[in-house]
Amino acid sequence: MANYISKVFGASPVAPMQDHMNACYKAARELLTMFECSIADDWSGVGASREKIVALEQEADEYKKQIRGQLPKSLFMPVPREDLLNLLWAQDQIANTARDISGLVLSRKMQIPEGIRVDFLEYVTRNADAAKMARKSVRELDELYNTGFRGAEAAFVEALVDDLDRIENETDEMQTEVRNGLFAVENELPPVDVMFLYRVIELVGEIGDMSERIGRRLELLLAH
Amino acid sequence: MEYSFIYIGLAAAFGLFMAWGIGANDVANAMATSVGSRAITIKQALIIAAVFEFSGAVLAGGEVTKTIRKGIIDASSLAETPELLIFGMLAALLAAGLWLLIASQRGWPVSTTHSIVGAIIGFAIVGIGMDAVSWGKVGAIVASWVASPLLAGVLSFLLFSSVQWLILTRPDPLVRARRYVPFYIFLAAFVMSLVTLFKGLKHVGLDLTTLQCYLVSIGFGIVVALIGKVFINRIEPNRKAEKKFHYFTVERVFSVLMVVTACGMAFAHGSNDVANAIGPVAAVISIAQEGVVGQKAPVSIWILLLGGMGIVVGLATYGRHVIATVGTKITHLTPSRGFAAELGAATTIVIASGTGIPISTTHTLVGAILGVGMARGISAIDLSVVGRIFLSWIITIPIGSVLAIVFFYILKAIFG
Repeated sequence: MANYISKVFGASPVAPMQDHMNACYKAARELLTMFECSIADDWSGVGASREKIVALEQEADEYKKQIRGQLPKSLFMPVPREDLLNLLWAQDQIANTARDISGLVLSRKMQIPEGIRVDFLEYVTRNADAAKMARKSVRELDELYNTGFRGAEAAFVEALVDDLDRIENETDEMQTEVRNGLFAVENELPPVDVMFLYRVIELVGEIGDMSERIGRRLELLLAH
Repeated sequence: MEYSFIYIGLAAAFGLFMAWGIGANDVANAMATSVGSRAITIKQALIIAAVFEFSGAVLAGGEVTKTIRKGIIDASSLAETPELLIFGMLAALLAAGLWLLIASQRGWPVSTTHSIVGAIIGFAIVGIGMDAVSWGKVGAIVASWVASPLLAGVLSFLLFSSVQWLILTRPDPLVRARRYVPFYIFLAAFVMSLVTLFKGLKHVGLDLTTLQCYLVSIGFGIVVALIGKVFINRIEPNRKAEKKFHYFTVERVFSVLMVVTACGMAFAHGSNDVANAIGPVAAVISIAQEGVVGQKAPVSIWILLLGGMGIVVGLATYGRHVIATVGTKITHLTPSRGFAAELGAATTIVIASGTGIPISTTHTLVGAILGVGMARGISAIDLSVVGRIFLSWIITIPIGSVLAIVFFYILKAIFG
């Protein structure tokens, strides 16, 4: 015999959303290890990082499919379904971007020019920090659901999102510095390598941009 | 009357079977929110369900039983042929029982109340005539089927909104939960005891004035709230669990409240649904014993005891398995929501029980859950399931009617 009251409750998307974000963050963080390996000329290390990132991206994809599968249009939820799916998309972009970067670095055996190494690694770290801050914000989702997206908890999340914005601003400034550094030495490097270096700098910056977007999406969920 | 022992024996057997079915199947719906929020264990849920379904049935089940027994059918035209009413009531029990058996095996959301009311109306129209149905009363009952989920929804919405406003949205929710939850406990205990005192206790020989009812209920509410307060004060903050979920300890405070509302929900369910099983039994017994239709005597307590026992046996033999599966199926329903849904639903149901209106416990609880959802309280409600539950009575009533008519003619052919 089936109990039909229990069927009234749809599966909550909160836990898989948080698991998804966790996988995305870990993929972004792994980029740092990868660049450190490439700088140390440790190509098996780069390959191992690439494998980790691809696996994390696939893990995120599984969560994404699970979340989409359990959000039929017949659900009545405290937040619009579209807003949740947009948040999921932004989270997913972090893993996708990390995978794209790792692919470029491994296949082109990319080396970061010596003059910009320190700045570049700091830049990657800061972008991963942004993703970490985004994960911290997404970890508040269950609390937000419990409070009905209002009050002290909503204010707390807004403060987290402000921190996230601040970190993202820093990554923008650092991006300019790294680009300037590359510009200063670009004539000494093979032009195609330079082209791809600019591309990687841009892609790393996208991790910060997407993290910021996660913050925006979370703010949209809050009741005003 | 000829065959009167057979009639009484059959009625008791059919009624017990219905009561068993209610205990086996419906109690799980009444307990679903309590078990689903993990506020109480399965074992505690079973003990609460057994004790409070039984006391609800015996203490506050009389009014609805009266309605099922003689409120739906205007039996004045049956003075010459009281057997027809016996056949009809037996047929109604058989029809509702069979339909519920089929529906519950297939997992269809079918209400016991809708089945029995549909069955009684069906045999009355065909077996006796259109005039035999008290259409005014039936109209009021059907209107209450729409009104009861709405009322429960509004109550639960207000309850949960007040919890958000007073506790959950504040920077110090734990302090506030400890302060305000005893008041909600008082409210739950007060409402349950007030309705019971007003309507229930006359047949156990207690007749109180309105003022006495209020005073006793207030006293009872205060006592329960104080006991709850003791338990709430004992709750230590769990810093480790709070790190993962900041409202962990706050929700534990609500768990204490949830124990009270779970009792209330079981009590309300017993008080309203026992009539579906024993209302027809009460009708058959009084006709068979007295040979007349216009029964004036109140429902005797042993029939209510019989119904209450049937529900408990159904719970013990089968219902416990159904309840056990509920806990694994509902995720992410915290006690702060579960209590709001239960208190809104239980209040609505005991008011209906007190006024003698048979309503669907499940519909009322679903209405209450939607009310909490409207206050942004529930992470996902499947509206397609809700729609199916609400529409089920449209099919249940004609099927109950038709089955009752068939059984009515069979019984008439055998005994008539």
